[in-house]
Amino acid sequence: MRLELVKRPQRSMLFSALSPFIAFVLTAAAGAIMFALLGYNPVKALGTYISPLTEVWQLHELAIKAAPLILIAVGLSVCYRANIWNIGAEGQFIIGGVVGSIVPVLYPTYESWLLLPLMMVMGMIGGAAYASIPPLLKVRFNTNEILTSLMLVYIAENVLDWLVRGPWRDPNGYNFPQTAQFNDYAILPAIASSSGRAHIGFIFALVAAVLMWFLMKRMLKGFEVRVMGASPRAGRFAGFSHGKMVFFAFMVSGALTGLAGISEVSGTINQLQPVISPGYGFTAIIVAFLGRLNPLGIVAAGLVLALTYLGGEAVQTALGLSDKVARVFQGMLLFFVLGCDTLIHYRIRLIGAKAEPAAAQPAARLEEAH
Amino acid sequence: MVDDTRSIPHADLLEVRGLTKVFGQLKACDRIDLTIAKGEIHALLGENGAGKSTLVKMLFGSLEPAAGEIRWKGKPVRIASPGEARRLGIGMVFQHFSLFEALTAAENIALSLDRDTPIGDIAQRARQVSAAYGLPLDPGALVGDLSVGERQRIEIIRCLLQEPELIILDEPTSVLTPQEADKLFETLERLRGEGKSILYISHRLEEVKRMCDRATVLRHGKVVGHCDPRGETAASLARMMVGTEVLQVVRQAPEGGATREPVLEIRGLTRRPAGPFSVPLRGISLTVRAGEVIGVAGVAGNGQGEFFEAVSGEALQDDAGMVRIRGKDVGRTGISARRLLGAAFVPEERLGHGAVPTMTLSDNLLLSRYRTDAKAFLAAAGVVRSGVVAAASKRVVEAMDVRKSAENPEAAALSGGNLQKFIIGRELDRQPALMIVNQPTWGVDAGAAARIRQALIDLARAGSAVLVISQDLDELFEISDAIAVMHDGTMSPPLPRAEATYEKVGLLMGGAEPGHFEHAHAGAA
Repeated sequence: MRLELVKRPQRSMLFSALSPFIAFVLTAAAGAIMFALLGYNPVKALGTYISPLTEVWQLHELAIKAAPLILIAVGLSVCYRANIWNIGAEGQFIIGGVVGSIVPVLYPTYESWLLLPLMMVMGMIGGAAYASIPPLLKVRFNTNEILTSLMLVYIAENVLDWLVRGPWRDPNGYNFPQTAQFNDYAILPAIASSSGRAHIGFIFALVAAVLMWFLMKRMLKGFEVRVMGASPRAGRFAGFSHGKMVFFAFMVSGALTGLAGISEVSGTINQLQPVISPGYGFTAIIVAFLGRLNPLGIVAAGLVLALTYLGGEAVQTALGLSDKVARVFQGMLLFFVLGCDTLIHYRIRLIGAKAEPAAAQPAARLEEAH
Repeated sequence: MVDDTRSIPHADLLEVRGLTKVFGQLKACDRIDLTIAKGEIHALLGENGAGKSTLVKMLFGSLEPAAGEIRWKGKPVRIASPGEARRLGIGMVFQHFSLFEALTAAENIALSLDRDTPIGDIAQRARQVSAAYGLPLDPGALVGDLSVGERQRIEIIRCLLQEPELIILDEPTSVLTPQEADKLFETLERLRGEGKSILYISHRLEEVKRMCDRATVLRHGKVVGHCDPRGETAASLARMMVGTEVLQVVRQAPEGGATREPVLEIRGLTRRPAGPFSVPLRGISLTVRAGEVIGVAGVAGNGQGEFFEAVSGEALQDDAGMVRIRGKDVGRTGISARRLLGAAFVPEERLGHGAVPTMTLSDNLLLSRYRTDAKAFLAAAGVVRSGVVAAASKRVVEAMDVRKSAENPEAAALSGGNLQKFIIGRELDRQPALMIVNQPTWGVDAGAAARIRQALIDLARAGSAVLVISQDLDELFEISDAIAVMHDGTMSPPLPRAEATYEKVGLLMGGAEPGHFEHAHAGAA
């Protein structure tokens, strides 16, 4: 007795569109079961989980959490569309935050309207430069970019840790491992400071999503990305270079991720700390796939995943549950999204221990001989 | 159940009544009637998209019919899977092989058998079958080292080991040399002599006339006639298939001879093997002049693919002077730069090389022409003018009579012949100065093939240089002004059409030194 995935002859357009929503419902149902097993009223717990949507200041928090997720995921979608696997956004995020902070940390008295644009550009350069290491290793030594980009995350985490405990530590900070607070010229302005603390990093995310949508849909470069992802041999026939594409995808993704990093440091934290990301770089992978690698879909997906963070905090404060609940929900969401997508393209066939069951076979199947 | 049906004697092995299959709007098969008697070779003829593959897939259990009845030895059956088809006694040899190159022939056969037979027994049985049917094969040989003809033998032996009563062969000779095809025909005769039935799908009308007892002709999903092919001419069969007269390919000898401008010059082209199963190129030299068609013959796997990659610029050369296009050294420049000099390329594989299967036709037009037609297709900053590309795509579709089911379908949704017409038309639409085509009509039916060949000749007569790499000798003799032969990574000097004979070219394909047959000839004369 075994399970076999059989390719469907054609995929249903209806279910392709519905798939993310089905995944939400399944995640909510599984979450309810989990709450019930933990001994909580599942309806009340789920209500608490989505309670952040009911208050304006909480919506600001939602935008703060969604901004980095969307920025990173938009970049990652380029990589994944090209069939290139950048798993190291977390590291590029940290290095973007570090490089963007060089000027406010080393020249804390520099006050100018030029400071913020300079920080943003340096953050992007930092993220892109750090993201250029895996493609360099891949093209030069044929290493696997999944492994190298992931390993570089841990290097980045330790570089940040060393900086804030060592050379960049605030001399007047009572020995806490953090830099001095940035001056006002180094802090991203709020969108609407009267109602909450969301900053214009969220605007960056929306603009990046729209620009990337246009690039992928209408421009030759986006065409190149799609060709290389779908059929590298046809891409070579077209005259596209696989090596250059690996660099392009990683560096675009790294630049957007670096921008997310410095926006978070400048707009939300206002200084460097040992930890500046609650795993945005990894969660953004879920965002990218939940958004079907479409930049506009990623905006919606980013807001949903931001809610899992806030909901996790809400059940922690209101019900005393572990904050790991957020991770559980993210994991379930990714599981159900990938599951729904797989079942749109394939159906499951049970194969008995003996020969295949005769006669009563459903219509569509893969040709066995192929 | 299976044994019951086997015990009842019945003259008609397979009887099909009103078999219908619908894909969306398209009736791929429309009330097909077909009977196959015991011990006959039955030909299934039809153009691309006529419904041959759909019909055969229903018989082999890969597709389920929407309506109609299949009777096997007089009893209605429902063939729900290829496994069930095999159990009934229906075997199939596909046009595209499904073999693992890194495994031996016997191991590949073992993979397709359900039972856990020891590999030694399989090799033994394979040896017996290969001896009994005149299909020489070493079961211990690595598939990667075998020629296409030998690989086909593995598929046939694999099929015969399941002791089928009906064998379906899909375009079996499209990859064989004339000598290999003759051997296959002997095998088929022997199978018929044993009372086995064969459903033979082919577009080569001469071999259908020579071998088949009866023929069923399909057109647009319908049966347009049953006939005895021996009583027909190739022209009358083609007329039944296409519905109108098939265009006769016309070729006049080019004028001007060696004074015409050389467009492609290859000098001492050498290439190291790129992988464990690829062939090195050794000192190839060839000149293709404006106005002429040069054919490159050769058995599959003698370096044609590697040669195409080198000339197209997908693989660069060590020395810039190895390949010259219109007087410019291009050995170190890539495919886009060669296209900008006026060259156009059509690779052997349509899906995944010449076209991206999951992309639309208009995207696939852009694939090879975004550089050469940048002015028309791209606006400022690299924005694609999708309307202009779609219009060009429509122009190609009309010029080449590409049949499709939607306005702008994915490449994978087209039949092989129609996609090939589109890919060739995509390049012709540019009016290239140099056209290099690998296997222009592989698996393409008579009507489409004639159209493609005529288009290539017309392009040459309009002043372009055309280089055609093909394993189909009939095709090369039909369109070429001179024929060179590839063997083991080397290339013979081109034989002018007036001097080239099947015998001479066949000897070169087998690896005779150029000039060798001159001696043989001189000796005989």
